[in-house]
Amino acid sequence: MIRFDNVSKVYARGHRPALDQVSLEIERGEFVFLVGSSGSGKSTFLRLVLREERPTSGGVFVAGRNLARISSWKVPYLRRQIGTVFQDFRLLNNKTVFDNVAIAMQVIGKPRHQVMSTVPETIEMVGLAGKERRLPHELSGGEQQRVAIARAFVNRPPIILADEPTGNLDPTTSVGIMRLLERINRTGTTVVMATHDDEIVDQMRKRVVELVDGQMVRDQARGVYGARKESA
Amino acid sequence: MRVRFVLAQIGNGLRRNLAMAVSVVLVTFISLAFVGAAALLQMQVDKAKDDWYDRVEVNVYLCPAGEASQSCPDGEVTEEQIEELRGLLESDALADYVQTVYLETKEQAWEAFQERFGDQEWAQRITQDQMQFSFRVKLVDPEQYQLIYDELSGRPGVQQVIDQRSILEPLFLVLNRATLISVGLAVLMTVTAVLLITTTIRLSAMSRRRETEIMRLVGASNFFIQLPFMLEGAIAALLGAALAVGGLWVGVHYIVEEWLAESVRFMPFVDTSDVWTVAPILVAIGIGLAVVSSLVTLSRYTKV
Repeated sequence: MIRFDNVSKVYARGHRPALDQVSLEIERGEFVFLVGSSGSGKSTFLRLVLREERPTSGGVFVAGRNLARISSWKVPYLRRQIGTVFQDFRLLNNKTVFDNVAIAMQVIGKPRHQVMSTVPETIEMVGLAGKERRLPHELSGGEQQRVAIARAFVNRPPIILADEPTGNLDPTTSVGIMRLLERINRTGTTVVMATHDDEIVDQMRKRVVELVDGQMVRDQARGVYGARKESA
Repeated sequence: MRVRFVLAQIGNGLRRNLAMAVSVVLVTFISLAFVGAAALLQMQVDKAKDDWYDRVEVNVYLCPAGEASQSCPDGEVTEEQIEELRGLLESDALADYVQTVYLETKEQAWEAFQERFGDQEWAQRITQDQMQFSFRVKLVDPEQYQLIYDELSGRPGVQQVIDQRSILEPLFLVLNRATLISVGLAVLMTVTAVLLITTTIRLSAMSRRRETEIMRLVGASNFFIQLPFMLEGAIAALLGAALAVGGLWVGVHYIVEEWLAESVRFMPFVDTSDVWTVAPILVAIGIGLAVVSSLVTLSRYTKV
């Protein structure tokens, strides 16, 4: 689903690369934790998958396509294959829960009847049934993140990228979010989650890829956060 | 869903930036009004010239009775002098330049005069003898006036040679100057409009940066993200163009059709149908301005 071939990314000439010769393959339906301290290259990894950045060298393949080969006007079609969740939720504060989720379908031209049926379904799936008309500031952090996940998942993309989705949440709420991501993963969706949260990683026992200073130092199936634990 | 979504975006954008949208409408209105005015002025010049140059003749006024002026020391022109002049005008030497020669007698001059001014009291006191003979010379090319002038002026019996074209020259001069001023103001206002539209769209794009970012993230195409901004500009410009057309229509209808055309009858004037001819051009310019300025702005502010 996602393949990195000797990918390096250098932002400024002469500086240490943000990613250094990373090779990695993530299969369809996998759940992968991307761990490492701040500045280790996790975000760069995700940005390369979204083609917000281009690699300095090496090849990035997503959903069978070589991102170096797709023209910039086709990038939106790539992004429709990928749902994205962020630490800061990135909701539209003046739109209701329903509209925040619906926008993902509206902007890619899904017909109205489909939006009307799929959006409530997805809101229910993330556990926010009955809160469709609420505004984001009327929700708790965990609920807001559920809205963001609903938005990322409403088009049933084959890939979900989550950049520290529990970073702003307390441990109990985080567990709920992880259960939700796991459920999504069980539908066959590939989930890549960058995180600092050792408890979650240790609990879930999923594949763990660790980055240190842009280099991949560990790729472990059913792994834990690791000895080189660093506080978030 | 998409149409509805885009319309909602446009509505939001215009409402949030109402003051800017109104200023874009007004500036577009003024700049296009000047563009339109310039076009109408030139149409007026062409119309008047077409009509006028078709009809213009060189008038050779012959000496009238009862007057011994510098050009007519011998009083009224004689029959022999008239024949001599006619012979000269119809000679082979001038045949290439002169199309027709027509002698207007005093009686004819009087009739024409009465026809035009007969309803005025002072005109009724004019007698036939106060009129004068004149040759109406129609030239093959009205520009060749100087030749006839040189040939005829100063000859015995000729009082004055007048090129009818020269009567309207000051008018054309005024119209052309007015056109220049209009074009100048139009250019100035158009530059202002472009800058203002650019700024408005930039503000609009910045105030919706978060929304744009999210749309990008969920895979909205560039075109789809930019369309509402472009349409916002285009709608404002379209309104401005509509106002400009309306303003020109009112101006032409009330000032030219109802007043000038009624009081100055010897010349054809532009009318409201000419405004409708100019209208699509103004609308096209307005929308063109908006779309070009938005494309330039948006390529910088809503990048994928």
